[in-house]
Amino acid sequence: MPTVKFTYALKRFFPGLTQTPAQGQTLASILDEMEARYPGMRSYILDEQGQLRKHVNIFIDGHLIKDRTSLSDAFSSNSEIYIMQALSGG
Amino acid sequence: MQSTMLLGTRKGFIAYEFQQGQWKAINLSFEGVPVSIAYADPRNGTWWACLDHGHWGVKMHRSKDRGQTWEEVAAPAYPEGAEVKDGMKATTRYIWSMAHGGKQFPSKIWAGTDPGGLFVSEDEGNSFQLVESLWNHPTRKEGWFGGGRDLPGIHSIVVDPRDENHIHIGISCAGVFETVDGGKSWAIRNKGLRAEFLPDPSTEVGHDPHILVAAPGDPDSLWQQNHCGIFRSTDGAKNWEDIGQANGPAYFGFAIAVAEDNPLQAWVAPARSDETRTAIKGALCICRTDDGGKTWKELRNGLPQENCFDIVYRHALVSAGNAVAFGTTTGNLFFSADKGENWQVINNYLPMIYSVQFAD
Repeated sequence: MPTVKFTYALKRFFPGLTQTPAQGQTLASILDEMEARYPGMRSYILDEQGQLRKHVNIFIDGHLIKDRTSLSDAFSSNSEIYIMQALSGG
Repeated sequence: MQSTMLLGTRKGFIAYEFQQGQWKAINLSFEGVPVSIAYADPRNGTWWACLDHGHWGVKMHRSKDRGQTWEEVAAPAYPEGAEVKDGMKATTRYIWSMAHGGKQFPSKIWAGTDPGGLFVSEDEGNSFQLVESLWNHPTRKEGWFGGGRDLPGIHSIVVDPRDENHIHIGISCAGVFETVDGGKSWAIRNKGLRAEFLPDPSTEVGHDPHILVAAPGDPDSLWQQNHCGIFRSTDGAKNWEDIGQANGPAYFGFAIAVAEDNPLQAWVAPARSDETRTAIKGALCICRTDDGGKTWKELRNGLPQENCFDIVYRHALVSAGNAVAFGTTTGNLFFSADKGENWQVINNYLPMIYSVQFAD
């Protein structure tokens, strides 16, 4: 079962955040699972049209996903899915 | 005098309280997070913070205990399929304005966003819905556009206290729109404005009001600080008259405030226009008119007059009674107890200030 890991920056909003096993077959369904476990999280990662936010990245097994719009990148049952904050700011 | 002041800043929500003759900071919330609007609903004292997380999107939080605790509510979001223009999905980029719906509608709250959406809540802000009538206005896709931001934005929502279904809104870059039926239908109210940056300066839409306000004592007296001057209407925005100084400082700027007790009295915060967007000649001044814009007085006593780069954003100049306050882009907060004749510094070391509001 894939494991979802999170940038520490999200702990500010979801203090109980920890790496979490997921069952979904698609990234979108996995994010729905994360939303159920950490209510409100989906809106931090995706915009209201379901697209990955501009300054958020998702890596699957160390590779940046290609489809930021419909989140169709494939993964396997033992993949590590890492949600990170793209570095920018001031 | 109202004894609380709320600030939305580049690095958080800050509240000040007037205690023993001084403004003292009493609350800092969301430290490090840009707060596009800090808003107090005068009907119930609820505080609102509109956040602009760089990474995590725009969010709304409210506090019913003056900032001691906050709860997140669902921020205005565009429905599936909504498009800014053909092929470009609409997502909320920035919450640029908030206004309560009036005493007649105690559960109603309005919010305006970039990319040009007006939202309404009918349940005290638990949820917001897009006002489709304005979003579907035939002028929007072709006639509204971005100015300083990439997309048009609704920064002003003016609810008429005599009839709270009567609302004016200000949009950069589109202009002023009016509804008399609570948002079911909209009329364009840009007659008399100039859009010097367009091929047709007297275009019907595409004007750039930077802020739109109404005189509290005379809601038909509307004022706007526009990209192309200062304009006033005395007939509910049906006609606009240029009242800016052709050769004086009171011309370009972002902010305007009208006196509670005198619809002829208003303040603006002049800036040097397109090329630099800085204080004029390195000196900060607020201009006040006492005669509906026929003449303007420069108020400088207590304000820096050299080496100054500050400008004042659209929601960051306010008046209440004899009190006037403003916050600047370089984090200076000034206060006057005598209608701007004399200024004192509250703080020189704040983050960039986006909004200032007096509250109880």
